Amino acid sequence: MAEIRNYTMNFGPQHPAAHGVLRLVLELDGEVVRRADPHIGLLHRATEKLAENKTYIQSVPYMDRLDYVSMMVNEHAYVMAIEKLLQIEVPLRAQYIRVMFDEITRILNHLLWIGAHALDVGAMTMFLYAFREREDLMDCYEAVSGARLHAAYYRPGGVYRDLPDTMPKYQPSKIHNEKQTRLRNANREGSLLDFIEDFTNRFPKYVDEYETLLTDNRIWKQRLVDIGIVSPDRAKALGFTGPMLRGSGVEWDLRKKQPYEVYDRIDFDIPVGVNGDCYDRYLVRMEEFRQSNRIIKQCVDWLRKNPGPVITDNHKVAPPSRVDMKQNMEEMIHHFKLFTEGFHVPPGETYAAVEHPKGEFGIYLVSNGANKPYRLKIRAPGFAHLAALDEMSRGHMIADVVAIIGTQDIVFGEIDR
Amino acid sequence: MSSIIQQESLAGALKSVLADKLAGLQTQYGELTIIVRAEDVITVSTMLRDDFIFDFDTLIDLCGIDYSTYGNDLSVKQGLRDKRFAVIYHLLSVNRNHRLRIRVLAENNEFPVIDSVTEIWPVANWFEREAFDLYGIVFTGHPDLRRILTDYGFIGNPFRKDFPLTGNVEMRYDAEQKRVIYQPVSIEPREITPLVIREEHYGDCES
Repeated sequence: MAEIRNYTMNFGPQHPAAHGVLRLVLELDGEVVRRADPHIGLLHRATEKLAENKTYIQSVPYMDRLDYVSMMVNEHAYVMAIEKLLQIEVPLRAQYIRVMFDEITRILNHLLWIGAHALDVGAMTMFLYAFREREDLMDCYEAVSGARLHAAYYRPGGVYRDLPDTMPKYQPSKIHNEKQTRLRNANREGSLLDFIEDFTNRFPKYVDEYETLLTDNRIWKQRLVDIGIVSPDRAKALGFTGPMLRGSGVEWDLRKKQPYEVYDRIDFDIPVGVNGDCYDRYLVRMEEFRQSNRIIKQCVDWLRKNPGPVITDNHKVAPPSRVDMKQNMEEMIHHFKLFTEGFHVPPGETYAAVEHPKGEFGIYLVSNGANKPYRLKIRAPGFAHLAALDEMSRGHMIADVVAIIGTQDIVFGEIDR
Repeated sequence: MSSIIQQESLAGALKSVLADKLAGLQTQYGELTIIVRAEDVITVSTMLRDDFIFDFDTLIDLCGIDYSTYGNDLSVKQGLRDKRFAVIYHLLSVNRNHRLRIRVLAENNEFPVIDSVTEIWPVANWFEREAFDLYGIVFTGHPDLRRILTDYGFIGNPFRKDFPLTGNVEMRYDAEQKRVIYQPVSIEPREITPLVIREEHYGDCES
C-alpha cells in the first residue's frame, strides 16, 4: 500500500470563494485541513503611507476604498479621530445623519455578506435577492453624495450636505414603458427620507424571506452548524470584534458599551450567539439586519422633525457657503487656505473606533501639528479575523474552509490596506 | 468612552501595581498612555492581562511608528530621548470596558528589537509581522516572523520615513526577455500640497 502523506494546495488568489485576492496555502491530509497559511497583501496600496503625504481632507476618499462594501463607516472612524484631535463639535443633525447612514451601510455590508456566503455554500438565489435590496440602498448613497459606492460624504465637522428633497427617478425606455416607469418611481416621488422610510417598511419582510430560505434549510445547517467553533475566551484572545465576538456569546458592542454620536439616544438590542459556530454568527447578523432597520426608522423620525445645520460653522475646518465666500473677505481667505493648505491639527495622538459591520474599526492618528497626519494606523477588524483562519479551520474539511471564509466576512480592501 | 473617574482609578492602579516598571503616564483626550521600557514588555503585558484590576483580555491593535521626522520639541515633550522606533499597543478590556495605550521605544535605532507578545495575546502574531514588514522592527520570540503585506522578495521597509513614497523599483513585462522584470522607478517624486507646520499661536487674534 502506498504511503499517504500530507500535501499542500494553493487556494486562490483567483478563486471565486476567496473573496478577492486571498492566497491560502493549505496543508491537507486527505481532505482534512492540517494547516492554513493565508498569504495576504496582494491588494496592498499603502493607504497609511499615502495618508501621511496628503492633507487630512484629501485622505477621506481613501477611507471609502478600505472596506469597499461598508464605505461610510470607514470614513466615520477617520473623521471622528480628526474631530477628537481638533476638539470640534459636530451638529446634532449631522450625528443623526451619520448614525442613519452607518446603519444603512451595515445593511449594505450584511447583504453582500449573506449573498456571497450563501453563494459559497451553494445557494445561488440569495445572491440575487441580496443585490435587489442593495440597489435601493445604493440609490440612497447616490442621492446624498452623488456616488453609489465611494461616497466621501462624511467630513471632519459633520457631513458634506443636507439630505436632498427629491430622489432621482427612472426614465421610460425601450424596456420599461410609461406605465411601468410610473410604478417603479412610486416610492421616489417624495424626499430621500420618504424613500428610506419606505425601504424600512419593506425590509423586515425581505429578511423574513431570507430566513425562510436559509434558517431551517437542511443543507444550510449541515454546512454551518458546528463549523469553526470559537470559545468566548479564545475569541477575545484572538482579537475578535463585532459579530464574530458576539457569535461566541460575548455581549460586546461599541454602540452600547462606548457609545459615540447619538447611539445612546437610540433604542436597539444587540444579538448574541451561544455556540460560537458559523451558524450562530449567521443568526447574529440576521438579527442585526432587523436592529439596523429599527435604528434607521428612529433616525428618519428624528431627522424629519429637526432641521438644522449639518456641518460645523468653524470655517477653519469646514468650507464656508459659496455666497459667503464670494461676499466676505474673511470667508474667502478661509476657503482659499482650506483648499490649498488644508487645516492644521494640534499635536497629539488619539484612537477613535466605531462599530463597523465587521467589528471594531479603529483609526490611530498621530499629529505633529502639520496639515498632514504624522502617522495613521488603520485597525481593520478583518485583519485579526483572517489571522485566526488557521486556528478555525484546523481539522475541518476543505469545503468548510470556504464556509469559514464566508462567516468571517473577509474583504481585502481593509485587510491589505 | 470610559468615564473620567474610571480613567483616574485606572491611572492610580497602574501607578501602584506597575511601580518602577512604569516609565511614564500621560492622559490626552481622555485616553491613557503609558510608556514602558523595552526590557519590561513581557512582564508588564502579563500583569496587565492577568491582574483582575486591569483584565486586558484583548489586544486591539499593535503598530510600529517611526519618530525620525516628528520634530525636536515634540520629541522632548513626549520623552522620546532620540529613539527612532516605537511600538504602540492598544489594549481593550472587554470585561471591564476600558482601554489603554502602551508606547514602547526600541533601544537601538539601527536595529530595533522588542520582545514579542504573541504568547500573551495570540492576535499579536500578524500585527507584529506587519510592524516587522513595514518598519523592520524585530520581535524576539515571534514564532513565524515573515513579511506579510509587501511582495515576495521585497527589499526595504516601506513605512520608514526615509523610504520614498514612489518606492525604489517598478515592475513591467519585458517583451524581449518574455518575463516580468523589476527596474528602478521612473516616476518623478512630486508633492502637490507642501507640508506646513505653523509656529505656536499662529493666526491667534488675541495676545
